[in-house]
Amino acid sequence: MSVVLEGRGITRDYHVPGGLFGGAKTVRALKGIDFKVEKGKTLAIVGESGSGKSTLGRIVALIDPATGGELLIDGKPVDITKARPGPGMRSRVQMVFQNPYGSLNPRQKIGNVLMEPLVINTKIPAAERRERAEAMLIRVGLGPEHFNRYPHMFSGGQRQRIAIARALMLNPALLVLDEPVSALDLSVQAQVLNLLADLQDEFGLTYVFVSHDLSVVRYIADEVMVISQGEAVEQGSREEVFANPRHPYTRQLFAATPVTDVEAIRARVARRKAARGAVTA
Amino acid sequence: MALLNIRNLTVRFATATGSFTAVDGVDVSVDRGEVLAIVGESGSGKSVSMLAVMGLLPDTATITADEMTYDGRDISNMTRAERRRLIGREITMIFQEPVASLNPSFTTGFQIEEVLRVNLGLSKREARARALDLFRAVGIPEPEEKLRAYPHQMSGGQCQRVMIAMAIASKPRLLIADEPTTALDVTIQKQILDLLMKLQEEYGMALILITHDMGVVAETADRVVVQYKGRKMEEADVLSLFEAPQHPYTRALLSALPENATGDRLPTVSDYYSQEAGR
Ligand SMILES: Nc1ncnc2c1ncn2[C@@H]1O[C@H](COP(=O)(O)OP(=O)(O)OP(=O)(O)O)[C@@H](O)[C@H]1O
Ligand SMILES: Nc1ncnc2c1ncn2[C@@H]1O[C@H](COP(=O)(O)OP(=O)(O)OP(=O)(O)O)[C@@H](O)[C@H]1O
Ligand SMILES: [Mg+2]
Ligand SMILES: [Mg+2]
Repeated sequence: MSVVLEGRGITRDYHVPGGLFGGAKTVRALKGIDFKVEKGKTLAIVGESGSGKSTLGRIVALIDPATGGELLIDGKPVDITKARPGPGMRSRVQMVFQNPYGSLNPRQKIGNVLMEPLVINTKIPAAERRERAEAMLIRVGLGPEHFNRYPHMFSGGQRQRIAIARALMLNPALLVLDEPVSALDLSVQAQVLNLLADLQDEFGLTYVFVSHDLSVVRYIADEVMVISQGEAVEQGSREEVFANPRHPYTRQLFAATPVTDVEAIRARVARRKAARGAVTA
Repeated sequence: MALLNIRNLTVRFATATGSFTAVDGVDVSVDRGEVLAIVGESGSGKSVSMLAVMGLLPDTATITADEMTYDGRDISNMTRAERRRLIGREITMIFQEPVASLNPSFTTGFQIEEVLRVNLGLSKREARARALDLFRAVGIPEPEEKLRAYPHQMSGGQCQRVMIAMAIASKPRLLIADEPTTALDVTIQKQILDLLMKLQEEYGMALILITHDMGVVAETADRVVVQYKGRKMEEADVLSLFEAPQHPYTRALLSALPENATGDRLPTVSDYYSQEAGR
């Protein structure tokens, strides 16, 4: 199997405001991360809030440069500080941002949002661009009636799906998805995850999938990487990580997952009643 | 008497292709000290109905309701000044998209201190101290430094916690939390939910929690409203909802948990509907 994506000792520094007495300082948000993803596979990145997941995602998607280390796509080193990625590379690598609202132009209608990548990167004629955009809207559970609406006219979950649809328009080979289903109810989430799985089967897409939701990761991932404070603290196949989580943070994640068990709810409701009774008594 | 009482709320938007009904005859009421969860499909009108209460919808929206009262007062007829006294102090909201709701041009510390000074009349120094306490309470790491950071210098989950800190700053009597923990992993989610429940129990804050996470509902709600395509499908106390969900959509929602995947595909609500129909 061919390796589509490889990272060797990736680091990233940020300059941040200092403490009480001012002065900037440098923090290392990624402390040397190694990974490999084969064609047609999904690497899930899991980790605490602020651990560096989005930072790594943006580096992999060629949005931000790494401070150090080496990034290889299709076996070739890529350094965006030396040469900006050309249109070929741009359409091969796409990203779905964690914050969909911020990544959409408020004055651009959704239809144009979806067609724009085709205008810039391909010679597809206008009529077909429109057809493709409408078809994509339907695949993410929206409809042609949404074509002429602006971003603010959508719900949070709808915008998240628009961001996914836009990233898929160019048939990328490598797609980085940063918390792509966090705002979706289970049914729409299922529809989107099924779509991603179908596209992977059909076209051999490779995914880097950032998520804090373990049930989603268990469904979508082939490989799992757990990061904590900028370091990969656990890496392995999905089966290994789920069957035998080794790092304390991974175990903590499993333990804190809320339960929908009826007995647990009954006990909680009773506790709350008792506490209330104590207050009013 | 309910703290917030809304009957037969309808919200229509004027769009290029005609009028679109986003919320269709929904009732919402919440008592002091109560936690009401609103769950439902994406696009079913959860956020819009609460933005209507807050008076934050754009001019293209037409809002009608048989009743819309807070603490016995009619909110639909309030003057701007009256509403301003209420919104942001007694009633606050954690918005669904935290990064988009913060102003990119100011540090997060400035933004929360502004809320504290304007709404609570704190001095600069008091506001700074209280902001630091709030950042600690929501678990923001290195809170002194983060007060001086701009939103783009913080992670998605950190921005979400800034929003939460801002919304609880004024000790509201009613907090509307729209998907407040979507960017947080379960460990921090638990810390935030515990914090909200603590505030809620300490001073009887009413909490309306919009969420798609049935685990969050199971662990926090007293009562649950299920919304689908702009309408209320079902309303029940939390135990009954999980024990004996009445409406097919609710059953579908509970069965669509990814852990219930059969083979390669995840069940969607329409799969579930066609199964039920085929029975
Ligand atoms: N532009 C920036 N300038 C300074 N610091 C930054 C910047 N972007 C991110 N950081 C910091 O780097 C760390 C990692 O951030 P990142 O966004 O990668 O986290 P994350 O794992 O995606 O978290 P979340 O799950 O909350 O989205 C955080 O502590 C954040 O405050
Ligand atoms: N300004 C607007 N103009 C036209 N339609 C709108 C506008 N704002 C929202 N809508 C539509 O109203 C419906 C309800 O939106 P709302 O944001 O309340 O959904 P939601 O239940 O919160 O969904 P989600 O779970 O995805 O956040 C959606 O179909 C949305 O597209
Ligand atoms: Mg992130
Ligand atoms: Mg919403």
